[in-house]
Amino acid sequence: MFSLESLAHNIDLGLNNIFPPTVALLSEMVIIGVGVIALFAVLGLVLVFMERKVSAYMQIRKGPNRVGYQGFAQTAADTLKLVLKEGLTPDGADKFLFNLAPFIVMIVAMLLMAPIAFTKGFQIWDINIGVLYISAISSLSVIGILMAGWASNNKYSLIGAMRSGAQIVSYELSAGLAILAMVVLTGSLQISEIVASQQNGWWIFKGHIPAVISFIIFIIAVTAETNRAPFDMAEAESELTAGFHTEYSGMRFAFFFLAEYVNIFIVCAIGATLYFGGWMPFHVGTWEAFNHVMDFIPGVVWFFGKTFGLIFLIMWFRWTFPRLRIDQLLNLEWTYLLPISMFNLLLMTIIAINGWYF
Amino acid sequence: MIEEVGTTTEGDLIINVGPQHPSTHGVLHLVITLNGETVKKVEPHLGYIHRSIEKMCESLSYRQFIYVTSRMDYLSSHINNQGCALVVEKGLQIEVPERGKVIRVLMAELTRIASHLLWWGAMGMDIGAFTPFFHAFREREAINDIMEETCGARLTMNYVVPGGVMADIHPNFQKKVNEFIKLLKSKIDEYYILLTGNIILQERLKGVGVISAEDAINFGCSGPVVRACGVKSDIRKIAPYDGYEKVKFDEVFETAGDSFARYMVRMNEIRQSLSIVEQLIDNIPEGEFQAKTKAVLKLPKGEFYSRVETARGEFGVYIISEGGLTPYRIKFRSPGFSNLAALHHMVKGSKIADMVATMGTLDLVIPDIDR
Repeated sequence: MFSLESLAHNIDLGLNNIFPPTVALLSEMVIIGVGVIALFAVLGLVLVFMERKVSAYMQIRKGPNRVGYQGFAQTAADTLKLVLKEGLTPDGADKFLFNLAPFIVMIVAMLLMAPIAFTKGFQIWDINIGVLYISAISSLSVIGILMAGWASNNKYSLIGAMRSGAQIVSYELSAGLAILAMVVLTGSLQISEIVASQQNGWWIFKGHIPAVISFIIFIIAVTAETNRAPFDMAEAESELTAGFHTEYSGMRFAFFFLAEYVNIFIVCAIGATLYFGGWMPFHVGTWEAFNHVMDFIPGVVWFFGKTFGLIFLIMWFRWTFPRLRIDQLLNLEWTYLLPISMFNLLLMTIIAINGWYF
Repeated sequence: MIEEVGTTTEGDLIINVGPQHPSTHGVLHLVITLNGETVKKVEPHLGYIHRSIEKMCESLSYRQFIYVTSRMDYLSSHINNQGCALVVEKGLQIEVPERGKVIRVLMAELTRIASHLLWWGAMGMDIGAFTPFFHAFREREAINDIMEETCGARLTMNYVVPGGVMADIHPNFQKKVNEFIKLLKSKIDEYYILLTGNIILQERLKGVGVISAEDAINFGCSGPVVRACGVKSDIRKIAPYDGYEKVKFDEVFETAGDSFARYMVRMNEIRQSLSIVEQLIDNIPEGEFQAKTKAVLKLPKGEFYSRVETARGEFGVYIISEGGLTPYRIKFRSPGFSNLAALHHMVKGSKIADMVATMGTLDLVIPDIDR
């Protein structure tokens, strides 16, 4: 039977047969690089299209529906426009940092792709500290944002970037603690093992209430971390026009835009992996027949289904909630989410030690 | 004197909000002094779309000048026209027939609802919720269609003439308005679920942009802004015109004087306006819709003033006539101008986001301020 795992395996074998190991490894890296870039482009197109359609139907309109089938090629047309546009650099800007910032944001998003398991055995890098790696790398994107805000020589950008810095640094804690609660439960930082531990049921069902609390905190924190409404303080278009990327145009703006959507995909993929079993089909404890039927649906479908479900949730937030104020945002984190997630971690530890989960 | 760019000597940041900015709803230019996120000073710079409407009116006849005012507060253009017609009628002692009055009031209340709906949508946008805008516009569209059928235009209706209204209502008018009443009644509750009841909105608006009743009066605020401080100010109640004394409605009050109070005043005013429309729509008296007037109107020598309650507050028209074909001097008292004046007082010491939210609840229409 065809599976992505065997495909990856066969490519590896084939390359190692033809070339010496070093060249084989290098060419594998090239293949992966091209693959990630292609995935980036596709994700950008699909997610932007999805956002436009989701927002359109929430706002009683049809959204793009002229270019291509149901407007599917609209995003491609927009991208083409952005590529052709002149990328302006403002006069007083720090040119080097200004040009560097979008790439940093982009590279961070690309690095985050590495440990994500798309299906069984189909993973770029099954690093044994996968979750830690993700937490560490994802906080780097704030550097790009601060750099963009500072280098633009624009006060709106500066305020947006400062807000973003405060926000990401604060919410990193909750996101980290929420993830940690799940790590305590699974006993592993490795993504493949976290998925494997959900063989007989997803953690959101098995992990009692602490898992649900952890999930809620995780979703709130990552919405804030990806600068999405209702926490889109860094952009806050009615206050700061476009926040940290006010001065960007053309392809460099598109990079910020793309990185935002890819970041959403990544955090949702992590959420799906930690709480909903990643590519693991829906299994219920000892119902062998039921589990077997579920296994017929490929892991990739499960993975993308769950991820896009979470992405829809995050888009839903954006199109229904007003924006918080910066002090309310920080207040929410430091007085509510952080203590709750600490307490939740304690609770989870007690459950994990006593083995009270299913 | 502050610089337009750069920083002050104390190291505060000076930012130009506008004339092109998403939150100003037009070409308003605010120079704000910031200490970090905190607003220290707001200085409105006006005049970007000054068209000298008052001067223009001085060269137009008493029939013509009415329609220029549609371009001031374009969201309540009918009510502006009504105010101008009232002052001409006052000067010439023209008695408007009952039917004309009722049609005017109906249109005015529909305009008020449309204006408040637009405000609600734009207000949502100001605090970052985009969806309400489209929901509000869906219902506003129904009003615009009604207007189009009867008046021939959707926004600047130019429907009022001295002595009544320009034409009789369209045969479909009553049916359509009744349908609209039913529609909006079901939607108002939806608005509550979508935005009013949202905890984030309440947190964002409560205790923000507070102004006391005394200060509001001193700044000359009117309409929902001053009613949110509990001041009785509705011209429709204080000095009824065009038969407002015959309809039953409540003047909406709140006491907090903050942004949320202003928000609630407007939301409840939609209900009140709806009840006025409901009372009148099936009871439009028969008869003439326009009084017989002379072809050329000339106001006698003297000074004339009349005021109406627009969606934003008190709109006054002051005319000095020398007895000629055109007004000698004309002055409009627009509600937006005085409401904007209070902005600095309301927002100093609060955050940038609060300033945007407060500005949203002031419901500024820039052509109304600049004239």
